[in-house]
Amino acid sequence: MTRKTVTCTINGKRREFSIDVRSSLSEMLRGEASLDSIKHGCDVGECGACTVLIDGRPFNSCIYLAVWAEGKEILTLEGLTDTKGTISDIQQAFMDEGAVQCGFCTPGFIMSSIPIITSDTPASREEIRKQVSGNLCRCTGYENIVNAIEKTQKKRIEERKGSGKK
Amino acid sequence: MEIIGTALNRVDARDKVTGMAKYTGDLVGPHALIAKVLHSTFANGLVTSFDLSEAWKVPGVVDIVTCFDVPDIQFPTAGHPWSTDKKHQDIADRKLLNTRVRFYGDDIAAVVAENEIAATEAVRKIKVSYEEYQPLLTIEAAMQAGAGAIHDERPGNVVVRSSYEIGSFEDAIKEPGLIRIEGDYETPIVQHCHIEKALSFAYMEAGKIVIVSATQIPHIIRRICSQALGIGFGDLRIIKPYIGGGFGNRQDALTEPLNAFLTMRVGGRPVKLEYTREETFCCTRVRHAMKFHIVSYVRADGTFAARSIVAYSNQGAYASHAHALVANAVNGFRMMYPQGAIKSEAYTVYTNLPTAGAMRAYGIPQIGFALESHVDDIARATGLDTIDLRTRNMMKLGYVDPPTSITCHSTGLAECIQKGEAYLKYRQKREAYAAQTGLVRKGVGMAIFCYKTGVYPISLETSACRMVLNQDGSLQLQMGATEIGQGADTVFAMMAAETLGMTMDKIHVMSRQDTDTTPYDTGAYASRQTYVSGMAVKKTAESLKSKILDFAAFMLNKEAWDLDIKDNQIVRKNMGTPLISVAEVAVESCYSLTNSTHIAAEESHHCSDNTYAFGVCFAEIEVDIPMCQIKVLDIINVHDSGRLINRQTAEGQVHGGMSMGLGYGLYEYLKFDPKTGRMLNDNLLDYKLMTAMDTPELNAAFVETDDPTGPYGNKALGEPPVIPVAPALRNALLNATGVAVNSIPLNPEKLFFAFERAGILS
Repeated sequence: MTRKTVTCTINGKRREFSIDVRSSLSEMLRGEASLDSIKHGCDVGECGACTVLIDGRPFNSCIYLAVWAEGKEILTLEGLTDTKGTISDIQQAFMDEGAVQCGFCTPGFIMSSIPIITSDTPASREEIRKQVSGNLCRCTGYENIVNAIEKTQKKRIEERKGSGKK
Repeated sequence: MEIIGTALNRVDARDKVTGMAKYTGDLVGPHALIAKVLHSTFANGLVTSFDLSEAWKVPGVVDIVTCFDVPDIQFPTAGHPWSTDKKHQDIADRKLLNTRVRFYGDDIAAVVAENEIAATEAVRKIKVSYEEYQPLLTIEAAMQAGAGAIHDERPGNVVVRSSYEIGSFEDAIKEPGLIRIEGDYETPIVQHCHIEKALSFAYMEAGKIVIVSATQIPHIIRRICSQALGIGFGDLRIIKPYIGGGFGNRQDALTEPLNAFLTMRVGGRPVKLEYTREETFCCTRVRHAMKFHIVSYVRADGTFAARSIVAYSNQGAYASHAHALVANAVNGFRMMYPQGAIKSEAYTVYTNLPTAGAMRAYGIPQIGFALESHVDDIARATGLDTIDLRTRNMMKLGYVDPPTSITCHSTGLAECIQKGEAYLKYRQKREAYAAQTGLVRKGVGMAIFCYKTGVYPISLETSACRMVLNQDGSLQLQMGATEIGQGADTVFAMMAAETLGMTMDKIHVMSRQDTDTTPYDTGAYASRQTYVSGMAVKKTAESLKSKILDFAAFMLNKEAWDLDIKDNQIVRKNMGTPLISVAEVAVESCYSLTNSTHIAAEESHHCSDNTYAFGVCFAEIEVDIPMCQIKVLDIINVHDSGRLINRQTAEGQVHGGMSMGLGYGLYEYLKFDPKTGRMLNDNLLDYKLMTAMDTPELNAAFVETDDPTGPYGNKALGEPPVIPVAPALRNALLNATGVAVNSIPLNPEKLFFAFERAGILS
């Protein structure tokens, strides 16, 4: 068993881990960093429950080797809540729109929605559906998940417009 | 009512959007041993010996057990309330590991190791010798004369055959002028596909085996493990954290009995047994495939004179919930249209396929597809209106089902149909789409259903609740009933707040069940919890409230009957003027030097009634004939589930059920190698679970009735939304093309042959 040191930024903090080179990023984040929002639903990149952002782009962390994370910036669901426990608008929208049921796919969906809500180009419902189609949910029929993302996207675009005018 | 009937966010929403909610896999310590199961690579046969020498050489292996090492005890796995009547007990037909192999994927050995890689490698290095028999993969093959017995106890492979007759079918069909309509309908094997895989971890503590499990039924799992291991109920403790979906798969003992045995083998060290996605598909439970033959005799005015059904249900390798599913299906055949003479014959048959168990709506999506397709076939043969035909024959208020005495206490079905029809403009479009000729055609379809609420009188219905008051006037609400994603914790909290006169922030739900401390309840299934367990909440809240008021009366030197609670304040009844807060009562009750008492309440409810929920699906589709593809243009489900408790979660249940129904109707089925019985699409790429892109906009609507038997006028809602979708799509296809496709899913490979037979492809 070969071990290797991986240094990366996780949720804004520089971290260093000594890991088995065979480990996936999801195993490192759950096992070494105790970031339990990362869920394993298939272990082969089919379900999206382990989605995290790597340098701003969503990846299935179960099929991303931990060693590839060297020097990368990783954002997990835990990183969306600030140090005082205030949650982000997309998390609040998932609550308010009833986009959460069993909750197991929720962390992955919220992470996959971040590129949509941070983009300056408004996405149609159809485009939102396309962008989260790597995440599977069996409880909600996706209806309220799409609603939550659409609502947050609109709100953020309005906010950016508002601040731009000032 | 102030809280019941509003739309509130879930009580667990914040924990779930922040990643704080703990699921079974999040509670396993870093030093747990890892177990892996060796599954058979043949479907029918007998293990004769193992060579474990290479497996033992893998570094990190702690223990290897085979089917020759497990207790010689056969146990049942179905998550039914236990029956003390031997005749009604579930079939005990499997061991912890099986020497007699009955499907491709049967559990025959297990390895416990220090890490996952070692466990996986050791499993691969076990060599198995076996005798192989011809796999019996279809009902026909298993029932053929001379077919070998899959279980010695059932020589002809029929698990159970049952029949009933209401009136005289033979006499009824003699009536002159009847039109005879006949059809065969078939539904596939599908899987629940909860996103959290099947798993548990087990360890020993204080002389007990503790099993932490992703289950819907902790108290039942304790009973099953006790039977499987031959130890006392009290020697086991089951803990159920948040679970990543259930849909009925976890209304069954899955990994728990074996895992309990494995931790005993390694001296009580914690052992995690987590199935892969592939194992979760193949080695847990699936939905029963069913075949139905229906014959109807209909009068010219559309009333049903006589109907008969013959049903076959593919049980797979082990009995699990067995005949209960197809029995529910043929009972549903009777209840939906209780007109004229009705005759039924039903078979549940063992085959060498994965075991079928409970899945959302328990046999009713199967009969719903057959029956509602058949009703459209009747409409087509007689020229009658599809809605008139249904409303003329469907269950009406006051109906008492002859064999079960289940009574229709409330129904809004006619209003549901009207609402759905008006939304889709069904009649108008149906006529417009009747004579299309192009390559791309549109169609509309509909289907109705009725669904029982809970399992009375077939099985025991019991539930208990506990409430413990805190010194700040808040309380812990503890249920034996389980949160499985459907929103149970939230509606229980709403019920408690409503009945107590308290606000939602005062109700702390203890979501996690622990059989050592949690009141008894059989668990989450049969859409029973708001109806049965809800009554336990109501009774406990009433009991707690009376204790709070008694103490307040003592403090205020007033009569308790003259007091009430409103917005966390003790008030004079009918006056509303606040006298003292519940918090002040709680503090005084705790610290009074003269009269201190712990204010808490626990009540259990034995339910001895049942009631029907109803609903309808209307769908509009576009069919691309050359591409053999269906696109859903618009779809709505309208439900009568009595009074809604929480509009937000109610709508969520309908969306999720509709999505599962769309998958059932259009995409999903499990495929098996016809030679070996190996499952071919046991993963989330090859099994066509719908993505957001495949899913149309979903519309959920309600007609609220006030059911006199529900604790707050409510009836079943969790399972029903899945039922009417597939037949509505099939009937829309019939409207669009004139082609009746009598099996699902309606995928391109099926439509190709159907369209070719109908001559509309060229």
